[in-house]
Amino acid sequence: MSAYLTSLRAIVTREALRFIHQRERFIAALVRPLIWLLVFAAGFRAALGLSIIPPYQTYITYETYIVPGLCGMILLFNGMQSSLSLVYDREMGSMKLLLTSPLPRWWLLFCKLLGSTIISVLQAYAFLAIAAAFGITMPAIGYVTVLPALVVAGVMLGALGLLLSSFIKQLENFAGVMNFVIFPMFFLSSALYPLWKMAESSKLLYTICALNPFTHAVELIRFALYASFNGPAFLWTVLVTIMFTAAALWGYNPARTGISRRG
Amino acid sequence: MTGLKVSNLSYHYGAKIALNEVSFELKTGEFCALLGPNGAGKSTLFNLLTRLFVSPNGHIEIAGHDLSRSPRKALAQLGIVFQQTTLDLDLTVRQNLSYFAALHGISGADATRRIDASLDRLGMLERADEKARTLNGGHKRRAEIARALIHNPMVLLLDEPTVGLDAAARASITSHVHDLTADGTTILWATHLTDEVRDDDRLIILHQAHILADGTARDISGKAPLQSRFLDLTAAPV
Repeated sequence: MSAYLTSLRAIVTREALRFIHQRERFIAALVRPLIWLLVFAAGFRAALGLSIIPPYQTYITYETYIVPGLCGMILLFNGMQSSLSLVYDREMGSMKLLLTSPLPRWWLLFCKLLGSTIISVLQAYAFLAIAAAFGITMPAIGYVTVLPALVVAGVMLGALGLLLSSFIKQLENFAGVMNFVIFPMFFLSSALYPLWKMAESSKLLYTICALNPFTHAVELIRFALYASFNGPAFLWTVLVTIMFTAAALWGYNPARTGISRRG
Repeated sequence: MTGLKVSNLSYHYGAKIALNEVSFELKTGEFCALLGPNGAGKSTLFNLLTRLFVSPNGHIEIAGHDLSRSPRKALAQLGIVFQQTTLDLDLTVRQNLSYFAALHGISGADATRRIDASLDRLGMLERADEKARTLNGGHKRRAEIARALIHNPMVLLLDEPTVGLDAAARASITSHVHDLTADGTTILWATHLTDEVRDDDRLIILHQAHILADGTARDISGKAPLQSRFLDLTAAPV
């Protein structure tokens, strides 16, 4: 096996082991969207009327509408969680071990990204399975076609986490990420309400939602769950992934800044 | 042959100069102690030698490979023991070493053979399947040194590896690392503790970003104990 594949396997395995060791993280990752699905959605069902919009061909319940958004939420939180663990790794020194490997830095960071995406996708599937157990199901083929969409969206949000971790110097600063990244990204998207609803309230908010890459990740997942392909959402998600990844690689460039400022 | 060559290396944190025109050369199989008080620039030098930082000024050559032009070849010849413990405490010693081996593209039976040999060399083979969390400070350090040797590096860098250890563990690790020069490994050992330096060792004293002295420990200390000579040298501003 080449050095590249050897390192890929090792980094992905380590991410998986770390995840297994943190059982609370897995439970939290599942409980959060389930509360939204089973409590929030139940309360909101009456308040929010949904018209028939693609990819849906009939009226759907609110619970069905928010499932793709909650898959996106899992990917978003996991992307931020991996960002947090990268900052932690840097504070604890184990990031140095990774970055002093003779393999190219872009490859090592890509392996990290892929490892966290695999964990995210597995969590999203666990959520879909629990939702199905509560009677909120998708077409059978949708559970297959959603896989590439979850991977693309997971990579985009993982790349965002990587980017943030290259600029956040201390763990204490991470609380800001919750306020300034996770909440705005989630609420200013089509995860909880269709964008036409937002347009009725505010054109400005609608425009922000339409530009939010998380909206496109959610729409990509929504269409894929119904075995449909949303081209614009796919292109937007891939484009933003490239931008986030390029910026993260720049952030981790040793010529730009040191990994540790302690001299 | 040169193990490690540093030429005119400088580094700044904004306006603060961390290293100023530092140059030295270590022969293959040479043990060199890099002695300096806290804040002298030792860790900055290590960050540059390991390419965690890159300086626009100066050159670094590791086992004949220029670090800026051929970083992969140079880093492949470098073993590093960082000041902080970088073991994953939830993994066993062997799992930690396997992970590191994979980062150097080593896997399978070859990795197992090298890990066993490396742990054996540091007297840690019987602890291979213990979780890193259960090891004492000295054993953690030995595991990290064993890990840094898996890929048979030509140059081994150790950044204050005995910090926080008791006297017996310090003496044991210092002795183990000195022994590594027998097979041609070049060693740069950063410390601020003079009792870790032997009379025959090459010694570089770094202070306020400059090299104050470079020679054998015996020559630099003269008739005085190294400790008092070191304190004299670093008492005066550069």
